[in-house]
Amino acid sequence: MNLKAVYIHIGWFQMSVTNLIIVIGMVVLFGLALTLPFPGNSKGNKKGKGRK
Amino acid sequence: MSIMQEKEMWTSKLRKSWQKTLPVEKLLPDTQPAYVASWIYLFGVATLASLGVIIASGIVLAFEGASWYHYSNVGHFINSMHFWSVQFFFVFMVVHLWGKFWMAAWRGRRLLTWITGAVAFVASIATAFTGYLIQTNFDSQWISYEAKDGFNSVGIGSRFNVTNFGQMILLHVAFLPIVLGVITMIHVLMVRAKGVVPPIDAFNAELGERK
Amino acid sequence: MNDRRSELEAAPWSGRTRRYDLIKEGVAALVVVTIATVALSTLFGSPDDKQITFKEWAVAAPADFYATTVQELAGSSGTGGYGAPYNTASDGVNLGPLHLAKLMGVTHPVDTVNDFVITPLTTVVNSGPVADALKQWQSSDSKTQAAWATNYDNALTKANQDATKVPSGNYGPVPQLSGGLLSMAQAGSLDGALLSQGNYFQSDNTKQTLFMGDGSYFNDQSTASNLQGSTWGMMNETGRYPGQAWLWLYSFWYQIPPFNNGDSHPFGANADAWIMVIMGALSLGLIIMPLIPGVRSLPYKIKIHRLVWKNYYQEENL
Repeated sequence: MNLKAVYIHIGWFQMSVTNLIIVIGMVVLFGLALTLPFPGNSKGNKKGKGRK
Repeated sequence: MSIMQEKEMWTSKLRKSWQKTLPVEKLLPDTQPAYVASWIYLFGVATLASLGVIIASGIVLAFEGASWYHYSNVGHFINSMHFWSVQFFFVFMVVHLWGKFWMAAWRGRRLLTWITGAVAFVASIATAFTGYLIQTNFDSQWISYEAKDGFNSVGIGSRFNVTNFGQMILLHVAFLPIVLGVITMIHVLMVRAKGVVPPIDAFNAELGERK
Repeated sequence: MNDRRSELEAAPWSGRTRRYDLIKEGVAALVVVTIATVALSTLFGSPDDKQITFKEWAVAAPADFYATTVQELAGSSGTGGYGAPYNTASDGVNLGPLHLAKLMGVTHPVDTVNDFVITPLTTVVNSGPVADALKQWQSSDSKTQAAWATNYDNALTKANQDATKVPSGNYGPVPQLSGGLLSMAQAGSLDGALLSQGNYFQSDNTKQTLFMGDGSYFNDQSTASNLQGSTWGMMNETGRYPGQAWLWLYSFWYQIPPFNNGDSHPFGANADAWIMVIMGALSLGLIIMPLIPGVRSLPYKIKIHRLVWKNYYQEENL
């Protein structure tokens, strides 16, 4: 990791590959969080107690 | 007469309003609304967990001093934990923020929950920044030199001097963590007190609206 | 209608619920994050490029150090002409008619001549010529001092920072003083002297950082590591480590016109101040986003919430 960093450079845009990996990772995490099925379902669970 | 007196007591007033807004059943519930069923709900708690690792590793670093990690392998490892948990912290916090934005999670009188969360985000950036300034390496030399111009340009530099190592280390290990900790606590308590925001389309039928 | 909706959304949930163990979830998150952090720390460690000392600078780039010292004596360095909060040499940057730095005053006074050169020199035993030069400097008035230093600074600049090619002139003790400070720095005694300024306890590195930043050596190292603000450096870290990627928006403004041109007035030349204002406004915008018309309606128009609550919507036929 102490090697010279590699940069993506397009016009005025510039980002280190490491930062780019993290940003892409964030977007992927967000996408997965929305699309992956969440384990367990609520069917058969009791009605709310209506705390009010 | 005695009831009147009790009503006027500040202590009982506080107790009552506390019990009303945040009874322990709301603070530590064992059920959640059926709609709380998505991985996106885990990013808030993941952010808190990262903050926990940051604080734990930070306390070790505080006991050993800012230069310890340059010459101790254990120190370098703890410093690495501090470094990577901050990266996790921001990644999780940003995904949490995106999630809450697209849920319009400020609905139902939850505006202050959003505000405290956003303030915590900004406070986190300030806290992380002061951390970068006290690494006692080339990076912190450069960041302090470069950043001073920004703060000086609007007069903040007159009180917040990024090239003053002593000031930065005190802010990083004392003042800013307290600020961030308090805001985070308020944020979490507000989430518990108000409950998780219901789905946007949950009440369309009751309101006579078509989705 | 909107009030009714808000009321419903604020009321405690009375619909179906599911068992949910918050504490277990929290502990699991802590365990996972800890394991992930330990894994990355073991695999990659953390960045730690060695700090640059004045000794390193003076040994590696003596001509640069020498010329910078002359500039500090002449007051022509970056710090010498900075203005508030270090001195009154200039008005500093502005926001139109607002000179906020100047308004806040000189809160961290830095005298480049004495703080950077003369006081450190008085803390060591100097060789004969340097000791004599110091005496000569201290016994003359500030006008003469300034004339000597400016003469030599100009001559050295004309000679491309090559002291051996500077023609003789009315330089007073300036060459000897600068040579003395160079020797002191090369021996490694300037770092401590700059910090302590003759005191015992000291934790403010302002003077060291400003002096070091006035030279080229420090800046060249930063350029080599891609840390310059003009090339998104704020987001970067030494080596291949991730940087403060969350500063992307702050960094962004420095890359585009008019802020990427330091010579363009009024915005480019005062980019630091304007970008501070922009970022302050945007941060405030994030904080009060639910109150901003248009932005707050986006989640209703771009229906990502249908994904978040897809199970619930399915089950309830919504």
